[in-house]
Amino acid sequence: MKPRQKRLVFALAALVGIAVAAVLITTALRSNLAYFFSPSQVAASEAPKDAVFRVGGLVREGSLKRDKDGLTVQFVVTDNAADVKVKYTGILPDLFKEGKGMVARGKLGKDGVFYAEEVLAKHDENYMPPEVASSLKTAHEAGAGNATRAVVQ
Amino acid sequence: MAINWFKYASPATFYPLAGRMIPWFAWLAIILTLFGLYWGFFETPSILTDQKQYYRIIFVHVPAAWMSMWLYVVLAGWAIIGLVFNTRLSYMMAAAVAPTGAMFTFLSLWTGAFWGKTSWGTWWDWDPRMTSELILLFLYVGYMALHSAIDDTRRADRASALLAVVGVVLVPVIFWSINCPDPNQCAALHQQSSFKGVESNILLAMLVLSIAFWMYSFAVAFMRVRNIILERERNTQWVRELPEVCE
Repeated sequence: MKPRQKRLVFALAALVGIAVAAVLITTALRSNLAYFFSPSQVAASEAPKDAVFRVGGLVREGSLKRDKDGLTVQFVVTDNAADVKVKYTGILPDLFKEGKGMVARGKLGKDGVFYAEEVLAKHDENYMPPEVASSLKTAHEAGAGNATRAVVQ
Repeated sequence: MAINWFKYASPATFYPLAGRMIPWFAWLAIILTLFGLYWGFFETPSILTDQKQYYRIIFVHVPAAWMSMWLYVVLAGWAIIGLVFNTRLSYMMAAAVAPTGAMFTFLSLWTGAFWGKTSWGTWWDWDPRMTSELILLFLYVGYMALHSAIDDTRRADRASALLAVVGVVLVPVIFWSINCPDPNQCAALHQQSSFKGVESNILLAMLVLSIAFWMYSFAVAFMRVRNIILERERNTQWVRELPEVCE
């Protein structure tokens, strides 16, 4: 083999090695990135005591209560299996809404309430104006209905 | 008619070619940026299902993030060609692309911080995508630092090219770092988004600005590579005979 061909083989072998490494890292990230606890895990006492950790899930509809000072809020975070009460003093992010996802960092109190130091909101994966989003949803449902009918026919 | 590509692998022939192409790319970049920004600011919905006006930073943030990854692939591609064929110009192109890639990486992190503060409630979080993008910035900086740390240009080229090639491992990791099937089961703040979920005007502005950023990258990389060529070939006859050098 000419030196140039040799280098080409080396480069290709290196690229294959890099591709394998990328696949391994990505799959490892997929399984290991749970750096937070779900309400179920908190309920099952799997979360650390007296240490800061993160809890994440959905904000239960109708659970958000504001204190008179206007800054302290209480709400329930749920994964539809277990609930955790969260207390937080501070400004909530713009995307924070009942029924939407959020992540809170803080400590679990002796009373079972999670005292959050930071509350982060999650965003929607759609970038649609509200009217389009709702009409799309109806269209999708209608379309799905038609499709089923077409298959049946 | 077959184009003799190898003719342009020589710095002496590529230098004038790059010079002729720069104005085209620069003008395209300006026109497309103005059009994309106009469309993004005035022809798109002002309120989304959950986000308000501030979502418009997407028109800089997302194209910049795409460019940061693409330019790294381009950089590594030139590095591989350089390592295999030992062509000087490939190494020069790699060196010319790196600062622009680093700039776009920084831009995506910076605009992301502003967006994150308003929407999520934090400037920074160790979300998988943000973390891997930050490592990408370190890779770009590491590439440039390694290149300038070695005095012998040929050695510097080869060593930094090797670093660039090994770093390619990061690009698919960034791309697939959003992998949570159910967003409420993971702490990742970035979420899987598909073109289907993006309103068509938003998508148009985003794609136009991506092309604009590509054109900008071509223009700037060619300007930079011309400087690198002049610097490295300064002892050759053809450089000394250039009108801009003679004067």
